[in-house]
Amino acid sequence: MTDDSLPDNEILLSATGLTKTFGEFTAVDGIDFAVRKGECFGFLGPNGAGKSSTMRMVGCVSPVTSGELRLFGLDPAGNGPAIRARLGSCPQRDTLDEELTVEENLWIYGRYFGLSRKEVRSRAAELLDFAQLTDRAGDKVEPLSGGMKRRLTIARSLINSPEILLLDEPTTGLDPQARHVLWDRLFRLKRSGVTLVLTTHYMDEAEQLCDRLVVMDHGRIVAEGSPRSLIDEFSTREVLELRFDAEDHKDFAEQVTGIGERVEVLPDRLLVYADDGEQAAAVVHSRGIEPLSSLVRRATLEDVFLHLTGRTLVD
Amino acid sequence: MALTQPQSQPGPGGEGPSRAEHGIRQPLSATERVLAVFTYFLTVYKRTWRGSIIGRFLSPLFFLLAMGIGLGSLVDDRVGGVEGLPYLQFVVPAIVATQTMWVAMGESTYQVLGYIKWNMGYHAMLATPMTVRDVLRGHFLAVAAHLTTATAIFMAVASLFGGFGSVAAVFCLPIAVLTGLAFTTPIFAFTARQEGDNGFNILFRWIVTPLMLFSGTFFPIEQLPGWMQPIAWATPLWHGVEACRAVATGAVVWTPFVGHLLVLAGYAAVGWWLAERSFAKRLVP
Amino acid sequence: MPAGAGLARMLVERNITSFRHGWIALVTGFAEPVFYLFSLGIGIGALVKTVTTDSGAVVSYPQFVAPALLAASAMNGAVFDSTFNVFFKLKYAKLYDAVLATPMGPRDIAVGEISWSLIRGGLYSAAFLVVAVLAGAVGSWWALLALPAAVFIGFAFAALGMFATTFMKSWVHFDYITLAIQPMFLFSATFFPLSTYPEALQWLVRATPLYHGVALERALMLGDVGWGILAHVAYLIVLGGIGVVGTARRLEKLLLS
Repeated sequence: MTDDSLPDNEILLSATGLTKTFGEFTAVDGIDFAVRKGECFGFLGPNGAGKSSTMRMVGCVSPVTSGELRLFGLDPAGNGPAIRARLGSCPQRDTLDEELTVEENLWIYGRYFGLSRKEVRSRAAELLDFAQLTDRAGDKVEPLSGGMKRRLTIARSLINSPEILLLDEPTTGLDPQARHVLWDRLFRLKRSGVTLVLTTHYMDEAEQLCDRLVVMDHGRIVAEGSPRSLIDEFSTREVLELRFDAEDHKDFAEQVTGIGERVEVLPDRLLVYADDGEQAAAVVHSRGIEPLSSLVRRATLEDVFLHLTGRTLVD
Repeated sequence: MALTQPQSQPGPGGEGPSRAEHGIRQPLSATERVLAVFTYFLTVYKRTWRGSIIGRFLSPLFFLLAMGIGLGSLVDDRVGGVEGLPYLQFVVPAIVATQTMWVAMGESTYQVLGYIKWNMGYHAMLATPMTVRDVLRGHFLAVAAHLTTATAIFMAVASLFGGFGSVAAVFCLPIAVLTGLAFTTPIFAFTARQEGDNGFNILFRWIVTPLMLFSGTFFPIEQLPGWMQPIAWATPLWHGVEACRAVATGAVVWTPFVGHLLVLAGYAAVGWWLAERSFAKRLVP
Repeated sequence: MPAGAGLARMLVERNITSFRHGWIALVTGFAEPVFYLFSLGIGIGALVKTVTTDSGAVVSYPQFVAPALLAASAMNGAVFDSTFNVFFKLKYAKLYDAVLATPMGPRDIAVGEISWSLIRGGLYSAAFLVVAVLAGAVGSWWALLALPAAVFIGFAFAALGMFATTFMKSWVHFDYITLAIQPMFLFSATFFPLSTYPEALQWLVRATPLYHGVALERALMLGDVGWGILAHVAYLIVLGGIGVVGTARRLEKLLLS
């Protein structure tokens, strides 16, 4: 499954039958994927889908149980330090050094890569500017806002000019404004040629950032493609959301059967999938059904996920 | 499932309608409030006492064995004891008092800052009808309970080693609890002004350890250079040590003894007042 | 997957940078043994006048207790650094997770942290030695070797402490550290000679690591030196070696799973 809209550039990262088990538990269950130079590749899935375990293997901080993983053509087993020297890693939880100041965090982290002090200082100055943190350079990390800390973590992961940047849920826990600032920074990075690999359980983030993505569930890849192609393939163009004054929305599902292509029942609403949402709403009305509210929206990756797994992404 | 409103029924005390009923609720009495807080800390302690048993019990026991018996045999050997007492009986009442300082430190630093800052335990209490004063009283009561148990256990063990020369030593228990409170209340006030744990390190290294070493615990303060003795007089530990030693040997001289108790009570009272102020400032600014 | 320890010095650099913000703690760390020396040296010294060491020398009490305090503070400093501080970095600050995302490996971390602990401990020991000399508690030029000896003691305890820390699950477990450290501090012929104990207990005390540290420092600072002190050094080095290897293995298991 490759997307023809992207030129078949050099493949930086590839996995075949990649598997990770912890004792009896299988976190990643034989997945295949390939990431090309310069693209933004995403893993979309709910918590526990195996995204973070995959990212830790890709980041060479977790040994592969079975299957094949190659970064820059190298096997992480035996080449961990050499590969990590070329990666940037932005973990799910900020692992900033709270005992150090903002700029010291960048300096010291650069030293972990063996960069010279001089090099580290000039790169840190650039990255602080990139992360819009120049005026906080001498401050301690602890009082920074969540968005600032995240930007600092990303700046830190760029200190070694990585060829691939790994981002594990980069905007989880941030407020909407901080997310937009961060997306803007990631766009710029992509434009400058950095390959981005990210995980997310937000469909809007995947749609905003990813050229290509895989949808993961229970350690497996259930679909792959560009955000648009996945929506086209697994959903209708529009969705009609209906809310009723009821303890259980199941009771109303029967009344709307036959409207649109299919109906999904959620605890608090019904989703009617139809290419023309307004028209579906009109039919609902003409049947004398009176919902508390009805809303027509465009289909998103959330709908794709719901269709593929029968579950919502964020619960 | 919808939550149902409780029907009108007598409360647990049988004195009025349930406080879970909509409308004006019957206020809690001062005793009820303090006991509610105290019960909370008791519940926590039921889960954590095993971990604290080392600091509470083994630490003073180690000091008793090392200083009282080991170093004691050296001292008794050379000079036949101190102030007419075998060294063990000289040092044990002092360890009783010193132990309360350790317990007070253990209960009033990290734990209290935790409730203020990390797990927000006090804030949870203040979201109920409790006031800052209730929370503080309940917590002090809990610390006093700790002090009592820890001291009683240590005294029982120390008496097995022959650490006390007189039955009157049982009065060490209330004096030790008072000594512990003389540390607890000012440290609470100090903790409520802290942002991180740096202050605690300084407190441990510059207050607690020097006090243990220079308050007449292991030798009479008369052995110290003259200029250091007035410093010992100002510290609560010296007064606690002296008062405990006086009752343990059964040789109470009333004037200094009452003076010691007054100084200890003064520390506890001023500390309490400061603690109430700094808690109010910190928790309900 | 573990790399060598070629980048360990970067972690030392990180700790030095961090310490510039908390230098007050560095200064206060040295105070404790000085307090003990002055309190017990003066107070108990005035009572007992002289002590007969286990090798038969008759010395003043400050002379007797100062080497033991040097050894004990080397132990305390190393243990504090390698247990509380490392546990915090491991479990809460997630410092090592960040470090391992770079070319650094678990061995770099183990060697880096332990080296830092030795540097810091060495500074404390040097300062304490100066105080001990000024207090007249040092009797020989051999005392110059007391500083490297303190570093050996620190090495053994830092490595062992960090190894133990990799098994810790919560702060509650640190009571076990206290449970090991405090009796050693009090009973390793620190404040009174080994001959005070009954024969059976003497052998028990001889088996503990701090005893070897105390005996080593006492021999050097009193100038009571024989080939026997090499046995103490060997004991400490073996202990430290076990700690370093064990720590690197455990970190790999904990962080690279």
